Amino acid sequence: MSRGTVIVGATSAIARGVARACAERGDRIVLAGRNHDECVRLANDLHARHKVDAHAVRIDLEALDPVAFVDECSTLMGGAIDTLVCCQGFMADQGEAQRDHTLVERTNLVNLTSVVALCEAFAPRMRTPGAQIGVVSSVAGDRGRPSNHIYGASKAGVNAYLEGLGPRLRDQRISVTAIRPGFVDTAMTWGLPGMFLVADPDDVGRSIVSGMSEGKPVVYTPFFWRLIMLIIRCIPGPIYRRLSL
Amino acid sequence: MPRYKDESLACWGNHPRHDCSSARPESWRALDDALNDDAHATRIARGLGRSYGDAALNKDGAVVRTERLDRVLDFDERTGVLHAEAGLALKDVNRSFLPRGWFPGVTPGSAYVTLGGAIAANVHGKNHHAEGAFDAWTDAIELLLPTNNAEWEPRWVSRDDDPELFHATLGGMGLTGVVRRASVRMKPVPSAHIDARYQKAPNLDAALEGFAGDYAHMPYSVAWIDCLATGGDAGRSVLIGGDHAPVDALPSVLRAEPLKLEPPKRRRVPFNFPGAALNPLSVRAFNALYYRSPRPERRIEPAHEFFYPLDAILEWNRIYGKKGFQQYQVVIPFERGAQGVRTLLDRSAKAKAASFLAVRKAMGPESEGPLSFPMPGWTLALDLKQTTRLDALLADLDAIAIEFGGRRYLAKDASLTREHFRAMYPRLDEFMSVRTRVDPHGALSSSLSRRLGLDP
Repeated sequence: MSRGTVIVGATSAIARGVARACAERGDRIVLAGRNHDECVRLANDLHARHKVDAHAVRIDLEALDPVAFVDECSTLMGGAIDTLVCCQGFMADQGEAQRDHTLVERTNLVNLTSVVALCEAFAPRMRTPGAQIGVVSSVAGDRGRPSNHIYGASKAGVNAYLEGLGPRLRDQRISVTAIRPGFVDTAMTWGLPGMFLVADPDDVGRSIVSGMSEGKPVVYTPFFWRLIMLIIRCIPGPIYRRLSL
Repeated sequence: MPRYKDESLACWGNHPRHDCSSARPESWRALDDALNDDAHATRIARGLGRSYGDAALNKDGAVVRTERLDRVLDFDERTGVLHAEAGLALKDVNRSFLPRGWFPGVTPGSAYVTLGGAIAANVHGKNHHAEGAFDAWTDAIELLLPTNNAEWEPRWVSRDDDPELFHATLGGMGLTGVVRRASVRMKPVPSAHIDARYQKAPNLDAALEGFAGDYAHMPYSVAWIDCLATGGDAGRSVLIGGDHAPVDALPSVLRAEPLKLEPPKRRRVPFNFPGAALNPLSVRAFNALYYRSPRPERRIEPAHEFFYPLDAILEWNRIYGKKGFQQYQVVIPFERGAQGVRTLLDRSAKAKAASFLAVRKAMGPESEGPLSFPMPGWTLALDLKQTTRLDALLADLDAIAIEFGGRRYLAKDASLTREHFRAMYPRLDEFMSVRTRVDPHGALSSSLSRRLGLDP
């Protein structure tokens, strides 16, 4: 039987890449997002192109009822949920977030709290063995940068959570993958200064799906960011603080 | 607020290059935001930028790139009606639906063309003489139109519902509204392969004769013509014809899965060639080689090799160097068509303008759109490297084309003058009355529309 895959934050470009890669291998798919009309169009696209079952489900991360959401997904999937991919993300302008605490709360809620809530709600309900949880984090969580560390803090938090979740769920035969994309060519990065080596979101989606299938705990995508971030993480604190990265 | 990126943009010919401010919406809401944004006075939609000239450029204005709005919203397997967003590329249509036995009714020579672009240019293909242009396969278009209160409103148009706007949109170069989605009909095909025929014609007369004979009856036909050959060889051509291969025409290895498609192999031109790489000598040598190269008279080939030979070389436009090139495409009515084509070829040969194999084919009936390009006649397309003298040569060619009752394809154009344009498109007033009705304040505008005087 084909895999049942739930993608949260389904309207982002990376999520679309993930969904297309999953549909290509024949998954049954639930697309969850706040903008329901967009999710319906994306589900129609998967169905028309790949002849897979695809459903749109409304989800509001700021008023999340994780158990009700799992119930809804489970009903649509006939009880078989094999994959959860969390693609939700919120990045406020650092300067605005410094002045506006509600933006900080929103950042943490979308990037960290909602991820924890969904992972905890889904893990006991997934079909095992072979279940996979993937969360799109960011290389911004590997080290804090003056220009983007409020966003980075939420991503560092989710990285630490996933680092513990993986071994915790090992006995239940659920693999956990933290996905750390570098710069991806999406609406989030469109027109931002200082972008380089920008990756195509469909390529990123494929590498996320293959990394999750291989059960990798951490996927850098594109792959060369593993090396870039290894170097950056190795820079001693006193030197790092003097660099303007 | 939509975020804009300042980009120096060009289309496929890499000439001209203009500074534009571009948005790339990924949702309908973001598309609305980009259109409603009053930071820019004008905007034009752009798909994959495969028109050649300045149609998808907006100097110092906004460009709305539709490539991320590429969803197939519905496909009816019984009727072949495809309902999709404007940014859907034909290569993706083929990837999904050719293995299910459906092919676009009309496809241009590149599959890197979006639905919205195919509508805006009313593209034609190798089957124009038999099956018409893109409009013949388009049922309905949803346009976003400017209103008085700066909000853009969606409206579906079709042959029954505002036919004037529908026809003006097909070939209207994006100036009659922003295409959000469309319904187009596909055609059923028995296999993913083409039964293709090739025939050498040693000179122009032989080529025209071949076209009038066997090749007139083939659903797809085109000729590649060596326009640098002179004397007795002038106009020597390779005639190419074909049709979708029925299953029993396929070699036995392909018969089990006639619709199965090997993914096309692609190579990339890694950088802009130096300006001197293409000169009359090297092009002449290439053309002679192409003409002489042995090829079977008949072969079964994958559809993408037949329809999109140049798509196999990604960014092939780089061989023309940084300054780019212009493709000059005209159609000359049959009546004096042979003479018209000959005169055009003579004039370009005299200017020593080196074109790789030019393309020629016979076109069928005219579309209803006032700015639509195709009409019954011979169409000729030359790729010419951009030089300081090129625009003057093209103006000479335009004058010749007008003398023979011909006109130029706006999707390839970057140099036409307003006077020549008016002489070529006598139904311009009809187009302008629709344009003024739906966009009275010129919220839509492009580098092309300002050059040709197409703004209200």
